[in-house]
Amino acid sequence: MIRLEPRTDPSRLMVALTPILAVLATMIVGGMLFVALGKNPFEAIRMIFWDPILGEFAFYYRGQILIKAAPLIMIALGLSFGFRAGIWNIGAEGQFIMGAVIGGATGLALYPLDSFIVFPLMIVMGAFGGFIWAMVPAFLKIKFNANEILVSLMMVYVAINFLSGMVTGVLRNPEGFNFPESRSFQQFPAANNAELWAGTGIHWGVLVTLGLVVAAYVMLTRHIFGFNIRLAGQAPRAAKFAGVSPNKMIAICLGLSGALAGMAGLFEVTGPAGKLSTTFPVGYGFTAIIVAFLGRLHPIGILLAGLLLAVTYVGGDIIQSKLSLPKASIQVFQGMLLFFLLAVDVLVNFRIRLTKRGSA
Amino acid sequence: MDISIVSLVATLIVAATPILLAATGELIVEKSGVLNLGVEGMMIIGAISGFIAAVNTGSPLMGFIAAAAAGAVLALLFAILTQVLLANQVASGLALTLFGLGLAALLGHSYAGIKPPSTPKMEWMGLADIPVVGPILFNHDLMVYFSILLVTLVWVFLKFTRGGLILRAVGENHDAAHALGYKVVRIRTLAILFGGACAGLGGAYLSLIRVPQWTEGMTAGAGWIALAIVVFASWKPWRLILGAYLFGGVTILQLNLQANGVDIPVSYLSMAPYLVTILVLVIMSADRTRASLNAPASLGKIFHASS
Repeated sequence: MIRLEPRTDPSRLMVALTPILAVLATMIVGGMLFVALGKNPFEAIRMIFWDPILGEFAFYYRGQILIKAAPLIMIALGLSFGFRAGIWNIGAEGQFIMGAVIGGATGLALYPLDSFIVFPLMIVMGAFGGFIWAMVPAFLKIKFNANEILVSLMMVYVAINFLSGMVTGVLRNPEGFNFPESRSFQQFPAANNAELWAGTGIHWGVLVTLGLVVAAYVMLTRHIFGFNIRLAGQAPRAAKFAGVSPNKMIAICLGLSGALAGMAGLFEVTGPAGKLSTTFPVGYGFTAIIVAFLGRLHPIGILLAGLLLAVTYVGGDIIQSKLSLPKASIQVFQGMLLFFLLAVDVLVNFRIRLTKRGSA
Repeated sequence: MDISIVSLVATLIVAATPILLAATGELIVEKSGVLNLGVEGMMIIGAISGFIAAVNTGSPLMGFIAAAAAGAVLALLFAILTQVLLANQVASGLALTLFGLGLAALLGHSYAGIKPPSTPKMEWMGLADIPVVGPILFNHDLMVYFSILLVTLVWVFLKFTRGGLILRAVGENHDAAHALGYKVVRIRTLAILFGGACAGLGGAYLSLIRVPQWTEGMTAGAGWIALAIVVFASWKPWRLILGAYLFGGVTILQLNLQANGVDIPVSYLSMAPYLVTILVLVIMSADRTRASLNAPASLGKIFHASS
């Protein structure tokens, strides 16, 4: 009979090993999925994981990986602090959208001002937009004890509707033949988050993300705030006695993750997306939850996990065009990854023992 | 303006039924001490499985059966993760939703734009012809009545049966229930499966009757609203009906205002159901002591038998 025996300390080996196990399991079961869809599984897996990095057209795909990884990592970094403290902001998608809307609207209001101040101002306003959106669940949690999971999630749908109201209303491109989209940021140089070196995919958002990874690492491992976060997550009562105010924690964690998600939204809308439109939200806010967990809520892990998920996005585009598979298959793949990760997680805190029935 | 109160009430019942079904299932799950945030995922899997089964067999009933089964299968994944492998329930529920949304989109790829077989309305021997009361109470499909029956059965089960008492005991204090010899993991797994089946039915109601069509992401947060309704109901079955119908009312009113060309852009009207859900959550949670008295004490906690 198989029995789970609690470990006294979490296994450090397993903490590092389980994400790899989860990826392998996803490849195997994902391969079966492709067989079921009537495709060659080896070809499909190669296209998802190999071609974007080292395949024939990798010189193009590598830039795409960075473009997709940057928002995922930036959002996941913010979420990881809250998740560690047991504060569940799952509305990052909404905060991402609001960052793009508020920051984007700031830029559009200044059109066609040609000043170096426009873009930095938009970044600040983008972060502010995400921050405000996240403060709604934070405020309602602190003041009225309302569940932050449900409120932050509801705010995603409100944000989606707000975005569509904006692009069909005040933010609609006046020269755009009534299409539901804003003026293009590519034709507004002062507000454009362009590629910094042609062909690399690196834009301001990528650089800021790298800086944030370092900052988050220092914050988590060297700063009292990181310690308090870990304390609040693992021993809420001890944290309270140590003077960590739970309400302050809620406000900081939600506000921080909201600001980062909003900033990611601003970089996305002014760069890769190019304009505000109803098709702007593509689910980065939700995928970032997978990134945060796969990265073990640790900045370095999140960096790697974000790159991996970005690879699957690019690989997903490849199989979509080459094997004519629906776009959703990659979403299934990503969902599966989180499943397997949670499943093998048991190895971190438990040993598996084989015992004879009844001898326990 | 041209809004008839009678048809408004009749349609709000239809709008509320998917959420009522899903919320009833989740109530049982939460009463057993498990928080399954995957309702949205199970609903959409139910929606597409029910749709596929109904289109291919031509029978809506087969569709609903398939939807319940599919919802339960997805819930089984959650049960394995949280009950056997002791994974975090919040994370597992989110995984279920993300996975379900993806899988449903994949399965439904070739089913967009098809019309499902229509579900007949119940015959109540002409009662539907009574003015006012008829269209409101006696002019619906089977599932509307089934959802009310389900709430009644859940109420009876929780309040008057031994099984219900055991379920509640497991949800209030799993260690005590375990010490008394009840199989905590088995009971919770059954509750999770029931919750999955109900969510599946709710999803199928959306794709087969309410809309009726398959579109990607068609649940649009209905599963999350069902979760909020359980909180609104303070974990009491009868109040689920109140919560679901209140929500249905807001949805229908908002749609009617849109149709009547009220001078508010459609996008802002569409926010109403979500904003009302937030409002309702705030009102019900504000009184901390009462809220904590109603919630099952072991909700969301991981159970691992020491021996």
